[in-house]
Amino acid sequence: MAKEQLMPYEQAIERFEVVIGLEVHVELNTASKMFCGCANNFGSEPNTNVCPTCLGLPGSLPAVNRKAIESSIAIGLALDCQIAESGRFSRKNYFYPDLAKNFQTSQYDEPIAYEGKISVELETGERFEVPIERAHMEEDAGKLTHVGGATGRIQGAEYSLVDYNRAGVPLVEIVTKPIYGAEDKAPELAATYVRVIRDIVKAMDVSDAKMERGNVRCDANVSLREKGAEKLGTRTETKNVNSLRSVENAVRYEIQRQAHILAAGGSIIQETRHWHEDRGHTSAGRPKSDADDYRYFPEPDLVPVQPSLEWIEEIRKTLPENPALRRKRLQEAWGFADLEFRDVFNSDLLDEVEQTVAAGASPQSARKWWTGELARLANAQGVSITELAITPGQVAEIQKLIDAGELTDRIARDVVAGVLAGEGEPSQVIESRGLRVVTDEGALIAAIDKALASQPDVLEKIRDGKLQAAGAVIGAVMQEMRGQADAARVRELILERAK
Amino acid sequence: MTDITSSTAAELATLIQTKKASSVEITTAFLDRMESLNAKTNSYLHIDRSNALEQAQRADQQLAAGKASSPLHGVPIAVKDNLTTTDAPTTSGSKILEGWIPPYDATVVTKLRQAAMPILGKTNLDEFAMGSSTEFSAYGPSKNPWDLDRIPGGSGGGSSSAVSGHLAPIAIGSDTGGSIRYPAAVTGSVGAKPTYGAVSRYGLIALASSLDQIGPVANTVLDAALLQDVISGHDPHDSTSLPNSLGSMVTAVQAADIKGLKVGVVKQLSSDGFQLGVKACFDDTVAKLVKAGAEVVEVDCPSFEYAVAAYYLILPAEASSNLAKFDSVRFGLRSMPEGNPTIERVMAATREKGFGPEVKRRIILGTYALSSGYYDAYYGSAQKVRTLIQQDLAAAFEKVDVLITPTAPTTAFKIGEKVDDPLAMYLNDIATIPANLAGIPGMSVPNGIASEDGLPSGVQILAPAMQDDQMYRAASIIESLYHAEWGAPLISRVPNLEVL
Repeated sequence: MAKEQLMPYEQAIERFEVVIGLEVHVELNTASKMFCGCANNFGSEPNTNVCPTCLGLPGSLPAVNRKAIESSIAIGLALDCQIAESGRFSRKNYFYPDLAKNFQTSQYDEPIAYEGKISVELETGERFEVPIERAHMEEDAGKLTHVGGATGRIQGAEYSLVDYNRAGVPLVEIVTKPIYGAEDKAPELAATYVRVIRDIVKAMDVSDAKMERGNVRCDANVSLREKGAEKLGTRTETKNVNSLRSVENAVRYEIQRQAHILAAGGSIIQETRHWHEDRGHTSAGRPKSDADDYRYFPEPDLVPVQPSLEWIEEIRKTLPENPALRRKRLQEAWGFADLEFRDVFNSDLLDEVEQTVAAGASPQSARKWWTGELARLANAQGVSITELAITPGQVAEIQKLIDAGELTDRIARDVVAGVLAGEGEPSQVIESRGLRVVTDEGALIAAIDKALASQPDVLEKIRDGKLQAAGAVIGAVMQEMRGQADAARVRELILERAK
Repeated sequence: MTDITSSTAAELATLIQTKKASSVEITTAFLDRMESLNAKTNSYLHIDRSNALEQAQRADQQLAAGKASSPLHGVPIAVKDNLTTTDAPTTSGSKILEGWIPPYDATVVTKLRQAAMPILGKTNLDEFAMGSSTEFSAYGPSKNPWDLDRIPGGSGGGSSSAVSGHLAPIAIGSDTGGSIRYPAAVTGSVGAKPTYGAVSRYGLIALASSLDQIGPVANTVLDAALLQDVISGHDPHDSTSLPNSLGSMVTAVQAADIKGLKVGVVKQLSSDGFQLGVKACFDDTVAKLVKAGAEVVEVDCPSFEYAVAAYYLILPAEASSNLAKFDSVRFGLRSMPEGNPTIERVMAATREKGFGPEVKRRIILGTYALSSGYYDAYYGSAQKVRTLIQQDLAAAFEKVDVLITPTAPTTAFKIGEKVDDPLAMYLNDIATIPANLAGIPGMSVPNGIASEDGLPSGVQILAPAMQDDQMYRAASIIESLYHAEWGAPLISRVPNLEVL
């Protein structure tokens, strides 16, 4: 499909006001599904975590998972929402083969949580308060795999396979109110908001929060209106934008695409759109109108959820620290400059640094390890840094040995390589690879004398007060010691011996 | 008819407990009768002799080992074919489920197995329980043992014709708008719809989830009470099932005392529109109650007038959604369309071929009633009527313990008489529908023979929600007044099917 024409971004922002709205689906990590006892387990053999209820067999009935309600209330509280005294489920009726009952059981007019807000801080430090309309519970559908077509989409496929393992997995859908005033920051705000939600549900441990697995999915609504206009423009809904970068790019793309159409006198079609990360554009999905008729009605097989005030307060007590407040606290405790802290935060390394500090490393050394050497290694291996086979405790242990002078930075890097290669704990790597700073000064002095003797011109220079000439001797000594010497001590000894 | 097949369930249970007859002997007697007569009555869609006998054998072995599982231990039973069974096909009277063997047992079926009650077979019903005559069964209508040209009521006409024809001593039915009580009334048997939630619906193929309730079909009030005690109780699989037990219905029957009983006659369901013979039977019931010492007063339930209209919005709305799962993807019939078999076209072809006309009519009605722009006018208004009916009943039950009405406006009509007139068919349930809309218990007990056609009539007893014991108390009192007159249950007067 040909790319649509786009208006340059700055020009689009200049002319139009951007209004965005975000729907984030969070897959809960409860042990069992929303309405039956089947395991909620990613990656099982297809159609093994199924029963009459999640297969929608005749006669089966749903029963609500209490833990899912608890997680949903927790999410609502974390988003500063009101919790409903009574929230009923409804049926959203439509036919699709991934939907076992051909209706989705979902909260509709009585969400469990409503009227909240969350503070979102952009990279520049600019803050937005995103208004939350509601957070409601619903069940996920099965997973379709379309076989035989070129695109993997249903169009052109020979047949499709359905895996109902995901059918009935509990979801919480968090819906914002329209977000105004972000202007050129709208794409960044959208992505940052999704990230904040992801961080919150991860911190609360109510979701595995892995976007690449679809644990957190975003639909982004975008509309434009002429600056000063009162009436909202027609919106499009870009579905399932499944990485933070995609959220930002998709919103930016829609702004540019819609701006071009509107500027040329055209009108926006209200529709869903699909984001193609590989090609960097959206394409039209199905037309969507507010009159889409899902024939919602209250689910007669379930009684309304009526959480008691005591239960809500109990859940409130279990909420972890608000991520924004936590960031503020950690930056103060660590004494990081804004740039240093943002580097850690933007690389998603708060947990790692915090745990490394807790294991005894200084904040600065922890930061340097994670944003420096370890980030480089992860990048080189093509894995995410949290997937590296080294724990914060091991990093702290290595740092302690450096601080004690038993390892140099260079040797320490070898120790890390050994740990990553699966050679065991740092102490075992040091033992088996024979990595330890040479503290036997006799050996050092012998090496220094040998080096000075072979480079008489250098000796002269040092004696003439040109101390930087010692560098050449340090190199030779370090080579002789296979790098396992403390360079600073070697330098001191060279100057002594040169006298 | 042997002594065995003309006995009540309670009598059979005593025979078994006292070792005067084995479950195998009793089950064999019924199987023999079923095999010779089911061709005439079409009560059963599925009979599996060896499976039923195996269950009977196990019941006998348990008893021999000293283990009596329930007061109905060893008594065989018929089960309506809209309850899932792992050892028998479950069709719900529809072609779309022909041959489907469920991978799980309904909770009620599990309870029957735990109670050591052998299942004789699966009984006929209107397709997905939509109907009042079994004429909408995809497998042909069941016949009324009182007159094989007449309907046995519906949707549970298979169970009512089995019990009244002595092809089963007792049976399971389901009641969404009268499908237990109406068939009981027109076949001279006893049928009870417990309070909504008293019996688990797990494994009952849903018609309208907020109205459906499983209950007993029996020869006598005591038999019904025995069975209700076996099948009721909380089930974690059914969120709408009541958390607490409603107590023993058998105790309520045994302790039934007319002293202080206050009975209300519903003004709206005692005069117009009832067949003269049915009205005469009802007046007789009232007279008997008064004579025996009950206080009888008239009560006003003005909203009952809207009950049928509200019911035929709520039921199709819920049914249209409940029946969406029949799409050929995971189970049941799959019909391939001509041309390109896309999923939409396969679903459409399957539903076109698999559903009968009444099911299609109600799916269309319900889809329309839930449509955007019509929801408030139809489904919304119907729910309001439901509240009004509950309020009428609450006010009535402040004055009386139970309400009574004729169960059905007429005795059994002839097969084919109303099949092309849906509105006439829907009015058969005019007296039974309010109980489903309000979630209260309702029960039909025989109260005589209509003089003009010689067919049985029934009186309906309604009680407040969760006071099923009051309903059984009143039913037992009424039944004993009639038994005193007749000397035996009405059902014993059923013609000899073997010579018909």
